[in-house]
Amino acid sequence: MGHVLAALPWIGPALILIFGVVLYPAVVMFYNSTRDISQSGVDKGSAGLDNYIEVFSFPYFWPIFGRTIIWVVVVVAATVIISLGLAQILNKAFPGRRIVRLAVIIPWAASVVMTTMVVYYGLEPYFGIINKFLVDVGLVDTPEGYGWTRNPATAFAWSIVVAIFVSLPFTTYTILAGLQTVPGEVLEAAKMDGAGPVRTYWGVVLPQLRSALAVAVLINIINVFNSLPILKVMTGSIPGYDADTIMTMIFKYIQNQHKVDVASALSVVAFVIVIVIVAIYVRVVKPMKEV
Amino acid sequence: MAVTAPAFETIGPPAASARKRRYTEDQVPIGKVLLRMLAGLIVLGIFILPYTIMFFGSVKTKAQIRSVDPTYFPVEWHWENYVNMWSTPETPLVQNLISTIVISVFATLLVLLVAMPAAYYTARFQFPGRMVFLFLVIVTQMLQPAVLTSGLFRQFLAFDLIDTWAAMILINSAFNLSFAVWIMHSFFAGIPKEVDEAAQIDGANRLTVLFKISLPLVWPGIVTAIVFTFVACWNEFAASLVILSTAGNQPLSVALTKFVGQYETSWHYVFGVSIVAIVPVVILFMLIEKRLVGGLTAGSVK
Repeated sequence: MGHVLAALPWIGPALILIFGVVLYPAVVMFYNSTRDISQSGVDKGSAGLDNYIEVFSFPYFWPIFGRTIIWVVVVVAATVIISLGLAQILNKAFPGRRIVRLAVIIPWAASVVMTTMVVYYGLEPYFGIINKFLVDVGLVDTPEGYGWTRNPATAFAWSIVVAIFVSLPFTTYTILAGLQTVPGEVLEAAKMDGAGPVRTYWGVVLPQLRSALAVAVLINIINVFNSLPILKVMTGSIPGYDADTIMTMIFKYIQNQHKVDVASALSVVAFVIVIVIVAIYVRVVKPMKEV
Repeated sequence: MAVTAPAFETIGPPAASARKRRYTEDQVPIGKVLLRMLAGLIVLGIFILPYTIMFFGSVKTKAQIRSVDPTYFPVEWHWENYVNMWSTPETPLVQNLISTIVISVFATLLVLLVAMPAAYYTARFQFPGRMVFLFLVIVTQMLQPAVLTSGLFRQFLAFDLIDTWAAMILINSAFNLSFAVWIMHSFFAGIPKEVDEAAQIDGANRLTVLFKISLPLVWPGIVTAIVFTFVACWNEFAASLVILSTAGNQPLSVALTKFVGQYETSWHYVFGVSIVAIVPVVILFMLIEKRLVGGLTAGSVK
């Protein structure tokens, strides 16, 4: 048994970074959410709960809240379902599998901003390449296209597509790791018992993937909830608040309206949501076991 | 966004997971193999498609890429775009590239410097508060700069570090620290204690043990931590957007968004810069592909 003081030189620097740059700003944020801060950044005293009242009384708040839920649920659900299929393909032996696996990594490593920008360009009227493809195959009538990125609803829908695409690699690889824990003997036993591939998958493989899926779902919920760049690129130039989520709204308060106090109040709301998800994560996944 | 991943106690040295039986059959009929190859080919196509569009776009001229009847493939290959793009008027791209490199390199170094001793000590020694520390690491791993941006903004304003690389180096390292601690912790924990003890009996002090004995054994874990941290810093967007206001200080991820919504966006330059920014980190990430398959989450999916 060592002593706390003996440990400090080793863990001290990490503690300083965690307290100084993660937990302290959280405290600053909570404090600022109760202050009246001018557009130029001057603290003009206590605001009580005024900032929270402004957040909740904003007429677009509840639509934004609902859209945030749609954003998270649709992206995470679609990501997990597609990833289950992808992992099945990548787990089977075939020539060239390694190349396919490497290709699947690309959106994970590549900047999300840049991946989104190529889709944004592709959807542009007349010269966008995705738009041209849709015209060529007859899904869109005129080369003018649909104005995908000009209309909040379609821009948001395409943002969901991009968010799913960039979430697939992590999710697929987590499920792949889970698949490796399925014992071969159990699969053979299922085969002997005459279970077809579908029954084997539902009855044997999926239950084994439970904890891999728990990790994937929770990490994805956190990531997708916190995601800013996709919506910023795809819907950022659309006026109004018809394609915003809580996260993009926080940045609109900070950047467009220079209301750091109101942004802090909304951030606190977001922070509480994240903490609840983390609490569920710690309970479900039990990452502290066997430390 | 997607780079955060949990790491757990039993990731262990490479051999542990790689040797497990795979969910694959031994004898497969040729038709089935061809079907799998076809499925693989479709997956490959989908995943490289956006980056292929990017690459083709990067060698088109502005007239070609903005043509009302665009061609899928470049008519001529204008490699000179990769030279000319750096002097585009929208944003100082050379400075943005330097900014990206400086912030990512120093943040990664800081993470290593801070995470390695913490990972080593918590894996090797019991001390009061060890569990509290590890719990703190787990929780911060789930927090991302985006949700704390307004706090970070006010904090660095108060510290007079707003709009500086230093601020972004600190933010990037703080938010990537926990992942690095976890993954290195699990590697250190995977080395038998006897190895350390034998060295200590021979008169080596703890630092010597760390650098001469343990480090070579945990090297794969360190490489994984370095790559993950570097790629996350390289692509960071939300905090940079708010903390860095001077165009020249901004990383490429923020600088490129200025092209969106312009009257005549120079998409061919956007894509040239994107290719330059994406290729190195994708190669880095591919180097640790084996660790990804082995499972960054091996401990939890056991």
